[in-house]
Amino acid sequence: MKTQNNRAWFFVLPVLLLVAFNALIPMMTVVNYSVQETFGDNLFFWEGLTWFEQILRSERFHAALGRQFLFTGLILAIEVPLGIIIALSMPRKGFWVPVCLVTMALPMLIPWNVVGAMWNIFTLPDIGLLGYFMNNTLGIEYNMTRSPLAAWITIITMDVWHWTSLVVLLTYAGLVSIPDAYYQAAKIDGASSWSVFRYIQLPKLKQVLTIAILLRFMDSFNIYTEPFVLTGGGPGNSTTLLSIDLVKIALGQFDLGPAAAMSLIYFAITLLVSWLFYTLMTKDDAK
Amino acid sequence: MAKVTLRNLRHSYMPNPKSPEDYALKEIDIDWADGGAYALLGPSGCGKSTLLNIISGLLIPSEGQVLFDEQDVTQLVPDKRNIAQVFQFPVIYDTMTVRENLSFPLKNRGVDPATIAKRVGEIAEMLEVTDQLDRRASGLAPDSKQKISMGRGLVRDDVNVVMFDEPLTVIDPHLKWKLRSKLKELHQRIRRTMIYVTHDQTEALTFADQVVVMQDGEVVQMGTPVELFERPAHTFVGHFIGSPGMNVLPCDMRDGGAFVAGQNIQLEGPVTGNGQGLRQIGVRPEYVTLGDGGLPATVRKVSDLGRHAVVEAVLGDTRVNAIIEGATPQQGETVGLHFKPQQTRLYTDGWISTEAGS
Repeated sequence: MKTQNNRAWFFVLPVLLLVAFNALIPMMTVVNYSVQETFGDNLFFWEGLTWFEQILRSERFHAALGRQFLFTGLILAIEVPLGIIIALSMPRKGFWVPVCLVTMALPMLIPWNVVGAMWNIFTLPDIGLLGYFMNNTLGIEYNMTRSPLAAWITIITMDVWHWTSLVVLLTYAGLVSIPDAYYQAAKIDGASSWSVFRYIQLPKLKQVLTIAILLRFMDSFNIYTEPFVLTGGGPGNSTTLLSIDLVKIALGQFDLGPAAAMSLIYFAITLLVSWLFYTLMTKDDAK
Repeated sequence: MAKVTLRNLRHSYMPNPKSPEDYALKEIDIDWADGGAYALLGPSGCGKSTLLNIISGLLIPSEGQVLFDEQDVTQLVPDKRNIAQVFQFPVIYDTMTVRENLSFPLKNRGVDPATIAKRVGEIAEMLEVTDQLDRRASGLAPDSKQKISMGRGLVRDDVNVVMFDEPLTVIDPHLKWKLRSKLKELHQRIRRTMIYVTHDQTEALTFADQVVVMQDGEVVQMGTPVELFERPAHTFVGHFIGSPGMNVLPCDMRDGGAFVAGQNIQLEGPVTGNGQGLRQIGVRPEYVTLGDGGLPATVRKVSDLGRHAVVEAVLGDTRVNAIIEGATPQQGETVGLHFKPQQTRLYTDGWISTEAGS
């Protein structure tokens, strides 16, 4: 018999180190900050759960969380149906397939801060193409720096422009993987195109849509760069989403304790919602 | 229910077909009687699925006509043809229950609920799925799913023809037999024209009254299972049907007789044709016996299959199989091959060229 030993575990070591340095140690630092107070000079005082309590009771946090859910809810409500509609109307074969796919993928290739800057310039009332057109040609008052509604419309439109493609590409991949026999059977059964969508396409797309919604939820819930570059959270606090507020507390006010506590709560909410959604969506599959 | 006629049908997937090789289907002329059970048999790529799709309307043929009860339906879309089709892989609507699946084709055609309930009940009874009616269809085993897809085709009583496209591909071997006899039974109960496409000779021969054997887009022979077995019109049919397939031996023609290895071979009847082309002798292993005299051949392999044995012998450089019962020769032994004259035929360029003996 061969000698048994556990030396093979050393193969896991590189991964363990990698995970430790890019996730575990930074995360534990945050946990460490979240229960202490510091005034600099590397002096720390134990505070227990004070910061968590303070954050959870703070109106400012409630407002930012509310805005965050509104933002994520709105972009999901627009991007998912829109993505499905676009994917359904894309051609399945021929010359236009690669053209459509590349066009769709383009917005996703642009760096996030560039997207923010692009839309910022695009909407400037005096020189921006859209801003000038709206204010001076159509005569509609449109100024992101003054009107919260204009700011919201702009960040939502920007996110739809940037990320609907993800839903489109995933849905399209799901659609082409449906065997032709299903469509032929539906034709023979005399099904209407709505029935085909409702009973064949939608059920077959369930898995890719779950992934698409999950990705879009996590990304949009953690969004920072684009709204920061575009509106900086303004006017006032009207577009200050959770991550923008977090950075203000951590780097603007240098309140490391509350910022750390807020990060953990933020992380917990993201994790909880993702887990709930995924569990609900895959509940039936296990049966 | 309807009689199905295919008239001068040709199909090419190319926009401008020129030579006969460009056609996936070459000149098909078939009449299928109302209520019959037919099989299209052939290897992959022989054009049988193309033919099926033309009948169902998923494909419009390049030339020729498809007639249901003498009515031209060549240009009609599938749902206007009143046909049903069962695919290779079970197609079911995942989110619906078995009952909803079975009622779907009727509901889409606006049949009243009472009639739907009655028809679905009957079909479920026939398919023995009554106890599964309220289950979600996605959770069923492949064979039950395939039964449901058959059920969706059978539930309508206005169906002209029901088509099966290799429906047992994904079914476990021990269930294939059950489903096949179920299908046969269903056909006898509802007497609808059924066309069954397969590359499996057992499936075709057990299901159909008439089998159409296809090769390279051509119909090679159409006949009852017995006819195909007893008198293959083409060496391909002889090869494809039977296990092992028909023996084909090269031969010389002289003095009006066929000679193999210098010995005259007695044929079933007079030779037809002008004597041109490649001549071959065809005889099924079932009609080859071993004995003294005859054609001397060396035994290469003996496979004992229980009830009988397959003896593979080498004659010159041609392999000849014989199915024999009782004592088997040893490997390496020299045996004499005898062919039963009534079952020994001459083939010219593959096609049969002897007249049936009296």
